[in-house]
Amino acid sequence: MPVLWIFLFVAGLAVIGFVLGRARALRSADGDVRHLHSLPFYYGANAALKTFVPAAIVLAVWSVAQPMVLDRQVSTMIPQSVIDDGGSLGLIMSDVSRVAAGLDQAVAQGAMTAEEAATLRSEFTDVRARLGEIGVALGADVKPEVLAAAQALRIKQNTASWISTFVVVALAIAGFGWAVMQTNKDFRARTVVESGTKSLLILSACLAVLTTVGIILSLVFNTIEFFKLYSAKDFFFGTTWSPSFTGTSQLGILPLLWGTMYISIIALIVAVPIGLFAAVYLSEYAGPKTRAFAKPLIEILAGIPTIVYGLFALLTVGPLLVDIFGDGGALGVSWMKGGTAVMTAGLVMGVMLIPFVSSLSDDIINAVPQSLRDGSFGLGATKSETIRQVVLPAALPGIVGAILLAASRAIGETMIVVLGAGAAGKLDMNPFEAMTTVTAKIVSQLTGDGDFASPEALVAFALGMTLFVITLGLNFVALYIVRKYREQYD
Amino acid sequence: MTDFNSDMASKKSSLLVADARTQKRNKAEARFRAYGLAAVGVGLLFLVILLTTIISNGSSAFKQTFVTVEVFLDPAKIDKKGNRNIEDLKKATTFTYKPLIQQGLLDQVNAAGYNHPFEKHKAMGQLLSASAAGQVRQFVLDNPDRLGETVEFRLIAASRVDGYLKGRVTRESVARDKNISAEHFDLVDQMQADGLVEKVFNMAFITGADASEARPEQAGFGVSMAGSFFMMLVVLGVSLPIGVAASIYLEEFAPQNWFTDLIEVNISNLAAVPSIVFGILGLAVFIQFAHLPQSAPLVGGLVLSLMTLPTIIISTRAALKSVPPSIRDAALGIGASKMQSVFHHVLPLAMPGILTGTIIGLAQALGETAPLLLIGMVGFIATNMPDTLAEGILSPNSAMPAQIYEWAKRADPAWYERAWGGIIILLVFLITMNTLAVILRRRFERRW
Repeated sequence: MPVLWIFLFVAGLAVIGFVLGRARALRSADGDVRHLHSLPFYYGANAALKTFVPAAIVLAVWSVAQPMVLDRQVSTMIPQSVIDDGGSLGLIMSDVSRVAAGLDQAVAQGAMTAEEAATLRSEFTDVRARLGEIGVALGADVKPEVLAAAQALRIKQNTASWISTFVVVALAIAGFGWAVMQTNKDFRARTVVESGTKSLLILSACLAVLTTVGIILSLVFNTIEFFKLYSAKDFFFGTTWSPSFTGTSQLGILPLLWGTMYISIIALIVAVPIGLFAAVYLSEYAGPKTRAFAKPLIEILAGIPTIVYGLFALLTVGPLLVDIFGDGGALGVSWMKGGTAVMTAGLVMGVMLIPFVSSLSDDIINAVPQSLRDGSFGLGATKSETIRQVVLPAALPGIVGAILLAASRAIGETMIVVLGAGAAGKLDMNPFEAMTTVTAKIVSQLTGDGDFASPEALVAFALGMTLFVITLGLNFVALYIVRKYREQYD
Repeated sequence: MTDFNSDMASKKSSLLVADARTQKRNKAEARFRAYGLAAVGVGLLFLVILLTTIISNGSSAFKQTFVTVEVFLDPAKIDKKGNRNIEDLKKATTFTYKPLIQQGLLDQVNAAGYNHPFEKHKAMGQLLSASAAGQVRQFVLDNPDRLGETVEFRLIAASRVDGYLKGRVTRESVARDKNISAEHFDLVDQMQADGLVEKVFNMAFITGADASEARPEQAGFGVSMAGSFFMMLVVLGVSLPIGVAASIYLEEFAPQNWFTDLIEVNISNLAAVPSIVFGILGLAVFIQFAHLPQSAPLVGGLVLSLMTLPTIIISTRAALKSVPPSIRDAALGIGASKMQSVFHHVLPLAMPGILTGTIIGLAQALGETAPLLLIGMVGFIATNMPDTLAEGILSPNSAMPAQIYEWAKRADPAWYERAWGGIIILLVFLITMNTLAVILRRRFERRW
């Protein structure tokens, strides 16, 4: 693993730089710290930072960029006829990199000489069999073009890794030399180190922005790819969801959106009354002891991983509902055919959302000033009248915000619906019918062996984009309402 | 005024007896209070139901049925060349061992005089797991000198037998099952009475690896625990330094301008982005674009780091904010630079708060499933424990929640028991982490 070795070399050099820089500074001050501009530590840190940071950044960027650049260069070598034959460029290129890796492995194990690996011709040698001997399994016989590309890739990889080693090591040594040379007792090491540290802090803070940019770019580019293959109108207004890999897919989002909304609404119908009443009771009626006992316990529900709720829906709630509403069930109706249904997922998701609604509303109810309550009591209202007619209306914007946040959480929830809601996209009113959601379909379209360039896989990015926009919108509205409300009393 | 008086008089109001309207209002008050109490009760009830379901369904996964069998290690079959050479012994596959084990069990059952209709030794195979032959073979390879002896083995029973002992499988439910019959269970009853079949604590479930779909009795949770562990290492290594650095900048250094606002808005939005979207990001950026190894804990860890980052930043900022300004002023007053005042004084004082937030963030990341499905940490059967740190981080593996999901999808109900058992282990980890966070907060929290 050369990258690791280069990294260790750079890190080692940085440590040496630290010791050397510190020693040199002390020597230039004749061992008397009082003559130095900064504390000795900063001279060492200056040398270590200048050795390590630029080299490490270049190394990181290079290791990510190298395979992409080389792939692009090598892919121009592959003639169109081979691409048409092998399906897509991506598939061929993965063959190429597998063959190249196999050749590397053969050379490393001594099964082939380096020269042999570079001059091998598939016309004369059965490459697949040769690589098979050393445990590299290839799916099909290697085409001459693929082998040639793999050999070219190996040469380029070799050159590139030499260049990268050289550049990184040279950069580290240059930084090391520069820092050590500039070290003397008048050098303002602390100022330099502190501004360097500050830039690193800023860089870390920018990562949050970078993540958002990454999310948006990865969604947008793939969504554009998808809309090149499938019309946007059919996607947004289509009422049928039936992906098939034979090329006759109908990918309308409406059934998925309907499933998502239906499940979320059921979840909110469960969670909002329970959560709201629990919040009212805990903040207005309960004594400190009850509150200290019940509030953390209810909040445990929020800390349970969603996979647990998913399993609970699939294995416990689903069969239970079938026993009640299914064929030969307790009610004698046959509304429900299988355990996975809108109702199953909605109920369980409602349980999950109870602590969200209750703790958010609790905070908001507590923020209503006591003077409003006192005023109401002074007019002779009972406690419940005060709550219903004074506290809740005053807290209403905040509570609406809390409900919107819970709704956005419900819409983005994945595991419960993957396990509990079913797989078929349907536009149906029956809550005991299996339906599916946006998130569940993202999972099912992106897991499996499908080709990433097909519309059936790319549709997941368009679904993700829709989900991202909806949840972001809900959050913005919710935060706006909550903020606006807070301004009234502060 | 007179109207009012006459009205009061006509109603004969009294201070001691509440009038109808007051009674109504008081009843409404009591009702409202009862609704609130009921809501709290329902919330707690759900918690109790959830926990009892998990424990009652999952605890049986920690016990496994084993069958004690005496097997004659027939040298004529296992070592056909007769030279005890380990390379030649390795050529004998599990198919060689299967009949030996089955014959051994049949002989044993006949010798004990149990009442059963089976004549062929093949029928005995249905009592044992398909992995039993591998277990015996491994024993022979480890101890080639014991060939020719009769050795007593404790072999894993088939999942149907295990299910029968745990009450999951009944005689009625196997009426149309090709794998086992009710007569087998009659035999199992007799063997259990003599202690030949027994349920014991199943260490392999905690330490072992996942098994193929047909062998639920063999599957374990250990390798996916290792996968989760390596992922958490990555999350800790990436999100703690970056999160703390970002919070220090935002809390201590950032000027009030549009760029700082942009960062802040981004952080609060990232905290609300659905986890599946982070999975899409990981798939598109780390796997498609940067060609990092698929299914590896490295990629999973990076995705979860991005998710955990907002949690850590928010709690670190709260911890930094709670350090009083007098500490900063004092440090600056005796000549420290701004950077020194932060790193030497504010940060150490905020450390307990930062650690608490980090542990809570890690606990969230540990239970997250959806993004892992997209980067391929599911459906992959890791058979070995990784040997080195680099292998653990870079080679494909699963993770605890992804493993639970994988088991929940499989058809045989025996897998459900494993999934619930996995949930118990996962929850034990989460409870430990959260308790640690609470203790840390109680122990080191400082009120200024």
